[in-house]
Amino acid sequence: MKIANKKVTAERLVKDALAKAKHFADYNIFTFLNEEGAIKKAREIDAKIAKGEKVGKLAGVPYALKDNFLSPEGETTASAHILQGFTSPVTATAVAKLEAEGAIMIGRTNLDAFAHGSSTENSYFGPTLNAFDRERVAGGSSGGSAVAVALDIVEFATGTDTGGSIRQPASFNGVYGLKPTYGCISRYGVVAMASSTDCIGFFTKTPDDMDLLMSIASGQDSKDMTTLPDYYNTELERSHLGHAQGRSPKLTVLDETSSSSISNNHKASGCRVGIIKDFDNDSVDAEIRQALKEKCELLKSKGHEIVELEMPSLKYALSAYYIIVPAEVASNLSRYDGIRYGFRSDDSAVLDDLYDHTRSEGFMPENKRRIMIGNFVLSSGFYDAYFLKAAKARTLIIKEYEKAFSKVDFILTPVAPNPAFKLGEKVNDPVAMYLEDVMSVSLNLAGVPGLTVPAGKTKTGLPLGLQLVGPRRSDKNLIEFAKELK
Amino acid sequence: MKYLPTIGIECHVQLCTKTKLFSEVDNDARGKEPNSCVSPIDYALPGMLPRLNGEAIRFAILAGRAMNCKINLHSRFDRKHYFYPDSPKGYQITQFYQPIIGAGYVELPSGTKIRIEHAHLEGDAGKLTHFDTYSLVDFNRVDTPLIEIVSMPDIHSAKDAHDYCKELWRLMCHAGVTYGDLYNGNMRFDVNISLAPEGSKELGTRAEVKNLNSFRSVERATSYEIKRQSKLLDQGKKVVQETRGWSDAEGKTTGQRSKEEAKDYRYMPEPDLPPINLSKEFVETESAKLPLMPSDYRSAFSDAVKPDTLEILLDYPQLMQKLGEIASPSHLGHTSLRSSVPRGFQGRSAKLMVLDGMASTISLISNLFTSVLLAEEKSAEYLNDLPSAKDLIELAEMNEKKELSSTATKEVFLKLFDPQMKGRGTKNIAKELGLIQENDLGALEKIVDVVLAKPETQKAQNDFKAGEEKVIGFLVGQVMKESHGKANPGAVQKILRDRLSK
Repeated sequence: MKIANKKVTAERLVKDALAKAKHFADYNIFTFLNEEGAIKKAREIDAKIAKGEKVGKLAGVPYALKDNFLSPEGETTASAHILQGFTSPVTATAVAKLEAEGAIMIGRTNLDAFAHGSSTENSYFGPTLNAFDRERVAGGSSGGSAVAVALDIVEFATGTDTGGSIRQPASFNGVYGLKPTYGCISRYGVVAMASSTDCIGFFTKTPDDMDLLMSIASGQDSKDMTTLPDYYNTELERSHLGHAQGRSPKLTVLDETSSSSISNNHKASGCRVGIIKDFDNDSVDAEIRQALKEKCELLKSKGHEIVELEMPSLKYALSAYYIIVPAEVASNLSRYDGIRYGFRSDDSAVLDDLYDHTRSEGFMPENKRRIMIGNFVLSSGFYDAYFLKAAKARTLIIKEYEKAFSKVDFILTPVAPNPAFKLGEKVNDPVAMYLEDVMSVSLNLAGVPGLTVPAGKTKTGLPLGLQLVGPRRSDKNLIEFAKELK
Repeated sequence: MKYLPTIGIECHVQLCTKTKLFSEVDNDARGKEPNSCVSPIDYALPGMLPRLNGEAIRFAILAGRAMNCKINLHSRFDRKHYFYPDSPKGYQITQFYQPIIGAGYVELPSGTKIRIEHAHLEGDAGKLTHFDTYSLVDFNRVDTPLIEIVSMPDIHSAKDAHDYCKELWRLMCHAGVTYGDLYNGNMRFDVNISLAPEGSKELGTRAEVKNLNSFRSVERATSYEIKRQSKLLDQGKKVVQETRGWSDAEGKTTGQRSKEEAKDYRYMPEPDLPPINLSKEFVETESAKLPLMPSDYRSAFSDAVKPDTLEILLDYPQLMQKLGEIASPSHLGHTSLRSSVPRGFQGRSAKLMVLDGMASTISLISNLFTSVLLAEEKSAEYLNDLPSAKDLIELAEMNEKKELSSTATKEVFLKLFDPQMKGRGTKNIAKELGLIQENDLGALEKIVDVVLAKPETQKAQNDFKAGEEKVIGFLVGQVMKESHGKANPGAVQKILRDRLSK
């Protein structure tokens, strides 16, 4: 990651990024470009550097912000019509932490409205194009962020992952994308999709960049009662590694004096990596399965062990996910009523009309679909049959992962069943679109971290990605182990 | 036909925590501009998450213990969904499945016990004001902590409904968890009433009268419903299960909406708040902070204070606490006040007892409280800043020693509340006002002699000696005048009789 210094000014870095953003304007990556604000901040940092004052770990680093993070710079729209005109008076905790280290937001990125989708086609601002093939989708919902990093406009971008919204677009665009352990990074100030599965994460070009961002953004936040006490920067021993079969930890601290970055500090050897038998079938693209096999061979050659796992409960993940998540979505979207902020339909004589028209005009079809599913599964008489049952399935899935991680250190799976698909190919077929998430959602239900690792390209030149999964709080190990897959 | 009314009551109590249930904004919006006590969390901006206020949990424990309730170590929050402009999130955060306060009971002054089903924590809604073509909404009240207390259907008369609500109010005020201002909606009652033929085991169809905010309206609305439903049943008609509103002016209830069209609240576990897990030790420590309750005062003061006086005083926790301090020094000096609300006194773990010799003091002070203080125009103001127990005890002592006449006692008592006089001590105030009675016999004798030497008293002296008893009053009056009112009239009369009989 290029950080501003006396030779390379922050202003230069920011201006380059802005120029690239404009150059790639037809990819529809940004919903807002922060030209004035970014340059002003860059100059402030350069002034500090010139005076020899201390600057942060991300001094002058341009980044892209998924447009569902609140900050006073630009409107926060979540790519939804109903939030149009909304400028936030508050700043999300994650944004505040990045900016405290000197990172500079050059723009807000496009997403499926309210993060509902797997292609960024459900955006009020239209789809973002794939970095490698302009006829294909960027993936989603964090499509804009993934493409911004893939096209090298910015050093990193923020994302949110409720069921694959970081990992799948990362895979479609050939970059690293991390969905951390649930509760690792504060959700305060991030437009909620589904509270119990939403995770804040990043897109980067290298594992080391990911580590640096995680060390900055993670940690407990009094504004988000679901955050975990900071483990990312404290659990140096990573003692859970190798707990499988009672073996001794495999990541050992080689240089205890410098713990600020894990690069070169740890060396992984002899890890057990699980692969899931059920995912090796015809519904998964042949080239992806081939990529997985090749990576397994690579790992074996480096002294790691590949273990076949049976995880039968994962087959319930997608169904459970599409009950629990819409329920929380319907609830979390209740606040968008046209009363206090955002869009309000003019055409309303009475209160019921105001709600009716504002929400009908303000939400995208996919938003409405999820609101309807959510309200249905929560309605009196159906709660036990749907929501409660899905909650039980979720418990099974959590246990399935716990069981798996008593046998292996990591699990390696495809991210999605296919590489980037064509624009318009699935947007009118909700079920086909939901199936995009079949291998990613179980992680969100279980709260375990997953990292998309680039794994070559298809014959036609589309990026392929694999998903490295670890037990809760193993985020740092995932990032370190990703280097073994290079 | 004769019917047995069965009544259950839900009561909402606004807690007087420093900040709101889910944000760090001032929870006391009294006298403040609309929408001035609102945080981005209360306003439900996107991405805002609730932050649970620990004080509300502690208050819930106190409220629960005040009603002899079990405190559930494990509880959690749920979302109750409905669209209305007073609800910024589009849902209320409440405890539908696992409330923090479990079963208990409230004992009425009559001795009747009303069981509590449970009570739970939840956030209040905002307030709408309707105009001709528009409505305004004030979010100051949004997420003020409430506890909703749900009784069992143990109430069978309008009078008991009244007494139950009043006793709940007293319990919550004594526990120090609410400002208890009914006029401003600090406590609101929903009354469920059904009638069944006497002797019948099945309950009738119930109607619910919502949003009553005085004990009198609870009693009147309940009476009205009992009459209304009896009449319907007598005519062979059915009672409709519905929500009814009460009009105080018209003295009647009217149907609002029936349960058939009841809303579906789509309850769901609140995913933004982890479950509340309390340790036994924490609950015990917090429970021990419960101040003295009406039942404690009733049993301790049964001899010293007349029941009627006691029941009046029980409406004023501050006064009862003061009497408690006077009664036994172990309760001294533990009052701490946040604005008008008593909080955090010495818990009731130490049993309240009236110490030897303090009964007459308690009796005198309690009478002064009811007959003098509460009759004052400024009594509400005075209640917020009571004189010290020491000053009041001294006042009672001076009265007992006849250093103060009963009139002077009342006068000095009121002066103890005067901000100008505060802290000077009872004796000093009495002296300054020249109200201390002359009890020194030697001094009194001298004054009597001066008066008897005056020519204008000679006739009266002769009349008394001739057997005209009543002129003694004139002579006492002359001595009182000479002493500028400070002489003890009883003692003066004794000296006069003594002198004139020689």
